[in-house]
Amino acid sequence: MIPTFSKLHVNMELEDFVKRFADCFHQTPLSGFKPETEFAKLEEWGSMMTLIVIGMIDADFGKTITSDDLKNATTIASLFEIVKSK
Amino acid sequence: MAIFSVPNIQVKGVSAAVPKQVEDNKDFELLTENERALFISTVGIRYRRVAPTGLTASDLCQSAAEKLLADLNWNREDVKILVFITQTPDYIIPNTSSLLQHKLGLSKNCIAFDVNLGCSGYVYGLSIVGSLLQNMPGGKALLLVGDISTTTISMQDKSTAPLFSDAGTATALEFSAGSEIHFNIQTDGKEFDDIIIPGGAYRNGFNEKQLAYTEYAKGISRNDLHMKLDGIKIFNFGLREVAPNIETLLSEKNIEKEDIDYFVFHQANLLMLESIRKKLKVASEKVPYSLHDYGNTSSATIPLTMVANLNGELKSGKLKLLLSGFGVGLSWGSAYLETENIICPQLIEI
Repeated sequence: MIPTFSKLHVNMELEDFVKRFADCFHQTPLSGFKPETEFAKLEEWGSMMTLIVIGMIDADFGKTITSDDLKNATTIASLFEIVKSK
Repeated sequence: MAIFSVPNIQVKGVSAAVPKQVEDNKDFELLTENERALFISTVGIRYRRVAPTGLTASDLCQSAAEKLLADLNWNREDVKILVFITQTPDYIIPNTSSLLQHKLGLSKNCIAFDVNLGCSGYVYGLSIVGSLLQNMPGGKALLLVGDISTTTISMQDKSTAPLFSDAGTATALEFSAGSEIHFNIQTDGKEFDDIIIPGGAYRNGFNEKQLAYTEYAKGISRNDLHMKLDGIKIFNFGLREVAPNIETLLSEKNIEKEDIDYFVFHQANLLMLESIRKKLKVASEKVPYSLHDYGNTSSATIPLTMVANLNGELKSGKLKLLLSGFGVGLSWGSAYLETENIICPQLIEI
């Protein structure tokens, strides 16, 4: 089925978000980042990465996310949904 | 917002003192080797100065003040105001500023009091001293700002231990017709416990239970007499509040951002400061950082950065400076001032 424009647009946004999320990391290979990736399980994830991701979301999307948001988001896609909802 | 100007005040000199003892975050055992490297590159702090037992914030400030008074060639009788800003006083009672008035050989005809503020303390101090001094033509004042925050942290807490460092500073101010300092100062006490030492004072008076360590997470153990810092909330606070505070001050006072020579920020966290710098659209060469070598010295970071990074230019030229402090309280503020050929001795090590 051919996606509608809006669906395609959302997917592109998600794809862009995953890429920007991945760019925050230095050691995890790019192939390790997919919408369904449970980022808290990545070996590189930790308090520093938390600040880097918060900084990226603030700078690139103009949104503030909290520690609760990060706890509630299991995957990169669900974090994207939280960012979009703000 | 409290936006105001204090006329007829000039900064005549700034000095700073740090302990000789250096700790290297590359050796910080609670972080893995990769985490240490990421911490140093992201938070920006490699070295920290640690006061040995018995060396207090007032001792560091006293050394800075002695050197400054000597280089200014001021008559100590002329110093009418001494304000000491710290969260690590010598005693709970009395006020440490009285001890400093005596140790520095200042006259009894001198106002002396302490102010309990941290990260925003230097901006506050300039406004307090300036406000008092503007009513004293011919008057001179000392603003002493410093902390030994390393005494308040748990070395088993990776969320605070690699951040904090110790320093004391002295700033000389003088009545000077025609000059002016502009301020924008704000407070949000709702978030008072984002940075807190919960025990040991009078809301939760000292008891033995406060000495017991609790492990809050892996690598984060402390007791109730240690500082707790909610890193994410403070990070978001900095991103949210600092740039608008500065933009509002500049806009209200018709100051062109491009005309400012340096933006001297409280040295909290490189990632946060770089985010703020980018929000303000300020070139990196206009934002000096001292935190790599001296860490977060609480109230002292702004004058310490002036001494460590801008020493030569402060001594031999005119500078337009925007200062911004933010943190514990929560309390934050910015100040705009101009300096010309001020006294600025080399950093003192004790």
